[in-house]
Amino acid sequence: MAVSTVWVLAEANESGAPTTTTLELLTKARELSGEIHAVAWGEAAAGLAEALGSHGATRLLHVADVGDGLPGPAVAAAMADRIASGAPDLILMPQSYDGRDVAARLSARLDRPVLTNVVDLSGGDAPEACHAVFGGAKIVKARFTGDSPQLFLVRPKSFAPESSGGAAAEVEALSVPDLGATGAAVIAERHVEERSGPKLDEAAVVVSGGRGLGEAGKFELIEQIAKLLKGAPGASRAIVDAGWVPYSYQVGQTGKTVKPTIYLACGISGATQHMVGMKGAKNIIAINKDDQAPILSIADLGIVGDVNKVLPALIEALQSRS
Amino acid sequence: MNVAVCVKQIPDPNLPGKLDPQTNTLVREGKLVIDDSDMYGVEMGLQLVAAAGGGEVTLVSMAPNNETSGLRTALAMGAEKAILVSDEALAGSDALGTAKVLAAALARAGADLILAATESTDGYTGTTPVQVAELMGLPSVSFAKHIEIDGSQVKVQRQTEAGYDDVTCPLPCLVTVTAGVVEPRYPNFKGIMSAKSKPVEQLTLADLGLAADQVGWPGARQEITDVADAEERKAGDIHVDSGDGTESAQRIVAYLEKLKVI
Repeated sequence: MAVSTVWVLAEANESGAPTTTTLELLTKARELSGEIHAVAWGEAAAGLAEALGSHGATRLLHVADVGDGLPGPAVAAAMADRIASGAPDLILMPQSYDGRDVAARLSARLDRPVLTNVVDLSGGDAPEACHAVFGGAKIVKARFTGDSPQLFLVRPKSFAPESSGGAAAEVEALSVPDLGATGAAVIAERHVEERSGPKLDEAAVVVSGGRGLGEAGKFELIEQIAKLLKGAPGASRAIVDAGWVPYSYQVGQTGKTVKPTIYLACGISGATQHMVGMKGAKNIIAINKDDQAPILSIADLGIVGDVNKVLPALIEALQSRS
Repeated sequence: MNVAVCVKQIPDPNLPGKLDPQTNTLVREGKLVIDDSDMYGVEMGLQLVAAAGGGEVTLVSMAPNNETSGLRTALAMGAEKAILVSDEALAGSDALGTAKVLAAALARAGADLILAATESTDGYTGTTPVQVAELMGLPSVSFAKHIEIDGSQVKVQRQTEAGYDDVTCPLPCLVTVTAGVVEPRYPNFKGIMSAKSKPVEQLTLADLGLAADQVGWPGARQEITDVADAEERKAGDIHVDSGDGTESAQRIVAYLEKLKVI
């Protein structure tokens, strides 16, 4: 199977620009094929044509009418209908909240499997997808043996986005067929949470806390240091599971992948679940009282000590500099 | 109010994982435990049933070798019964194959609400629940951080990049819950004892009317071509703190200065 057309599921951020992950996927798609079509949803998404074009999309398949519904069923149904009259070989989708819904719905509609958590894709006639397993200790390559379109859910931060300098994508409207009961989930109200610093997955500095903090109230130390370093606070799964901080803070396999310049892990032992999400950091600093903690085996600077002693001292040292 | 909860029994995540050298898939032999991620759905189901003043929680699971040890944990928490699909032909099933099996089993459970984790701890594909919803023709709300029932609909706070959305959805539907949505209870002695006699209905593919080529290796339509060690990171300087943290803090500051972060 030679790859002729690749679709990329494009998402917009709160300011109406394509998300970084969208640009990452378009950049990768250019290595796989010369014909790239983006799929985007919502009335305003037609405005993405220029930005998507400048990263290689020649066509924008625009699903305007998703109403107040969660986008998954509508976008997947519109894509499936369009596929009936001309299918791409590959569809790359971001491993995001909505990207996962679209991929799952589309997979079931088309009866095509999905390869998920993809961190790299090789070109050629039968693209191979790489996945990290066991906390990133091993890389597994897999490929499809069945019919196209081949569906891939790709983790953020897998590729570096680069502009192609292309012209605005030509817009083609896709209509949404009757969704029956599947389209019944509607968004009644959106809540934007105040955020003072950078986003977790875009921050140059990430300061994460784990169970070693001892109690929920101590997470404040993490937030203070993140603020002093103009970074973002993150968390291990253990303290998200314990309800100390929301899921959106979670770094790891079941949370966000981060690749900051500095990753400061505080009281995190380094379960494989966590490591896979932060191993790509340029520099890792870890503080843990257990000198056998796995996190210390990948840290560029490891401190064997009590986070509740080291962090207050670090806050003081950083404050005295500013 | 009847709630079905999808649960997965997985190898103990605290033990090192292994790949089968023949198939390059995760080895799922030996004792299986309930995936921690599923405890939130079980607890949520129990709380919603209690709030509704009646009904029951049914577990739905697929596992090799009729394994039930993980299901007993959830039964001990208070679930009434379980449906377990086991069949040799299921080996090698991917997320979509699993979804076909769960959808067929859930259709028998006839629940008002289906709950599942956002993804499993071992395979973490994270697509199975919404594939189940699509196959069953149901609406779904993923990434719930709060759930309540309001008459014939469910109200969900759904996690988003920017914050969260209030989403309403009529029943029946499927909702995936994030970790921390509720605090799972620990089974007490009475629960553990009563779990031993709670019904676990064991089904095969034939019972569900599914063909063997829709699941397992044939249904997955994918092959693993290579497994390699990832590039290793090496440990750098290790410093043992002298006790009050001051010296360690200075080391961190010096390191950050060297990298021009501060």
